[in-house]
Amino acid sequence: MSLLAQAWQWLIDAQQYSGDGSIPIRLLEHLCFTFAALGLATLIAIPLGYFIGHTGRGALWVVGITGAARALPSFGLMLLLVLVLGVSARLWAAILALVILAIPPLIAGAYAGIQQIPRATIDAARAQGMTEWQILFHVEVPLSMPLVFGGLRGATLQVVATVTLVAYVGLGGLGYEIIQGIPLRRFDQTIGTAIVIVALALVLDALLAFATKLSVPKGVSAGRLADVRAKDAG
Amino acid sequence: MIRFDSVSKEYAGGTTAVKDFSLIAPTGSITVLVGSSGCGKTTLLRMVNRMVDPTSGSVFIDDTDVSLRNPVELRRSIGYVMQSGGLLPHKTVGDNIATVAKLRGVAKAQRAIRVRELMAMVGLEPELATRYPAQLSGGQQQRVGVARALFIDPNILLMDEPFGAVDPVVRAELQQELLAIQKRLAKTVLFVTHDIDEAFLLGDQVVILESGGHVVQKGTPAEIMANPASDFVEAFIGANRGKRSLHLSGEDNTIVVDGAGRVAGRLDSGR
Amino acid sequence: MDWFFDNIGLVLSLSLDHIRLSAIPIVVSFFVAVPLGWVAHRYAWSKPLVLTTVGLLYTIPSLALFMLIPALLGISVLSEINVVIALSVYAVAIMVRTAADAFASIDPAFLRSATALGYSESGRHYAVELPLAGPVLLAGIRVVSVSTVSLVTVGVLVGVPSLGFFFTDGFQRRIIPEVMTGVVMTLVIALLFDLLLVLAGRLILPWARIAEREHKQAIS
Repeated sequence: MSLLAQAWQWLIDAQQYSGDGSIPIRLLEHLCFTFAALGLATLIAIPLGYFIGHTGRGALWVVGITGAARALPSFGLMLLLVLVLGVSARLWAAILALVILAIPPLIAGAYAGIQQIPRATIDAARAQGMTEWQILFHVEVPLSMPLVFGGLRGATLQVVATVTLVAYVGLGGLGYEIIQGIPLRRFDQTIGTAIVIVALALVLDALLAFATKLSVPKGVSAGRLADVRAKDAG
Repeated sequence: MIRFDSVSKEYAGGTTAVKDFSLIAPTGSITVLVGSSGCGKTTLLRMVNRMVDPTSGSVFIDDTDVSLRNPVELRRSIGYVMQSGGLLPHKTVGDNIATVAKLRGVAKAQRAIRVRELMAMVGLEPELATRYPAQLSGGQQQRVGVARALFIDPNILLMDEPFGAVDPVVRAELQQELLAIQKRLAKTVLFVTHDIDEAFLLGDQVVILESGGHVVQKGTPAEIMANPASDFVEAFIGANRGKRSLHLSGEDNTIVVDGAGRVAGRLDSGR
Repeated sequence: MDWFFDNIGLVLSLSLDHIRLSAIPIVVSFFVAVPLGWVAHRYAWSKPLVLTTVGLLYTIPSLALFMLIPALLGISVLSEINVVIALSVYAVAIMVRTAADAFASIDPAFLRSATALGYSESGRHYAVELPLAGPVLLAGIRVVSVSTVSLVTVGVLVGVPSLGFFFTDGFQRRIIPEVMTGVVMTLVIALLFDLLLVLAGRLILPWARIAEREHKQAIS
């Protein structure tokens, strides 16, 4: 039987859906890690990204950090942190590694989200007598949403992929079945799990793509469709 | 009344935008600052609502130094119209006009009434109130900008080349509408432009500027036309190429011709 | 640091393996993704199809890809070819979008004037389009390069040694300097590749540098 067929057999086997190491449990663990890391990263990165975007201070850092983050091998970072913080603290070490990886795309999204707003719009808002906080919440945040979601999408991708590796330090997640299955040559298990991981990644990405589309403020998308308006009808 | 008292603006790095500028813009009239790019006219305008603070000198509104006032509160009491953009793309036209009122918690019904009033005043159909700026033409967007500036019925209107980004036909319409509004409301208007014809059309007082905010000539359009103070002014108002020196010609002396022989118009015997 | 010097032989040998494993996907991505991206740009109907497909591929976590590629191609899981193919797929996925954007960013006026001068379509492509798309393509390859160098390390889980070996071995033996070495050397190689690409860019696209310099002067 081909590998793919074997994997399919494994996937549809009811045994995989009950008990401690079952697919639903692993899936749940995977999602918990993902959301915990993304949640923490968002709390840190979005305000920071907005601060840099609104005040313009530290803008060079954003470019540097996003570049450096892409170069950082996530697997190595996680193992390093687990060793440094101690194996008994490996849960927090893993989450810390995930947060570190998720922060750069989120900052970049928030920063770019504000930067792409025409300066004239912000200038006008200030000249009308909006306070800086009002400018942030009523102008910059709404207009930056699509790019912020874009950043979230990128961060989610990174995190979901890296969570597959946390199993290596004895934590759960879908990657566990793969990492455990390789030395045992249980390729039906590893490939079957890979299929589940791909499905998860695609679903999350599709949801975020949809959310990105929804987040475009109405007036902005209205403008893009308004090719039919008369040119300068007065 | 707006009074500039020896204001200067220097930027870090040595650029001097404005040097020692003084002017009184009288209450209830339109004062136009006109000059080419970089002469400092926009900088001066933006000193009035503290978007820019002078490095030395002071700006007074009715004898109160603006630097003593809270910038946010000051800006809310002044109407400001800019060249383009400036409307919040994610808010409807109605919400744009009532921007600050909404932030201050003015009741919805009250806002709606005022918005309707203002849209009528600037010549916008009421249905446009629920549209978004991107769905409007350039001319319509500028009218929204003016309506927004007039929302709280400010004494002072600052206008920064507000009609520069629309085509000449629309520009002419908007200029006439501004004059009509001014006739009704008699605001103190400080208007910036690089177009001398616009300055002559709108200004009760026209101030011609050179770089550094240096006043080359100021006065009524008639005064400037009659006695240009220098070659620069002559060139700037187009007098040096004969554009402004008109004489009668043709049968019955009814055709007006300029110094270069171009036909400029027809004598209106009824005026 | 002692560990590093004590094991320098192994460090260098695995670094070389790492370089070899990274280089192939990067090169492949250029020669596959650039034409693909051009097609997506040139034939607008294909664009959504191409971009969605590569977008989906990009979403797949590397470990999962290491499992699926053998399943689909019938090769061994624990093989170098598996890792190289998987990373090439990633690299192409990243690069196709960049390539499509690069070609889309060229002002059509340039192409029209080339045609008016007498260039054939293919001549125009090589003499005008590619060079003009160059800077953006270079930026894309730099991103691909950095990602690939980083991802090669995951290959250790399917038995393909690279600097990633220092991660797992160092972790199991609880030797922090070993894991550190792995991380740092990966970064060093990423930096090296990047410098090489920038240098290549300067040689192949000298005018881009002049434009960049003038742009910097203008905005300062």
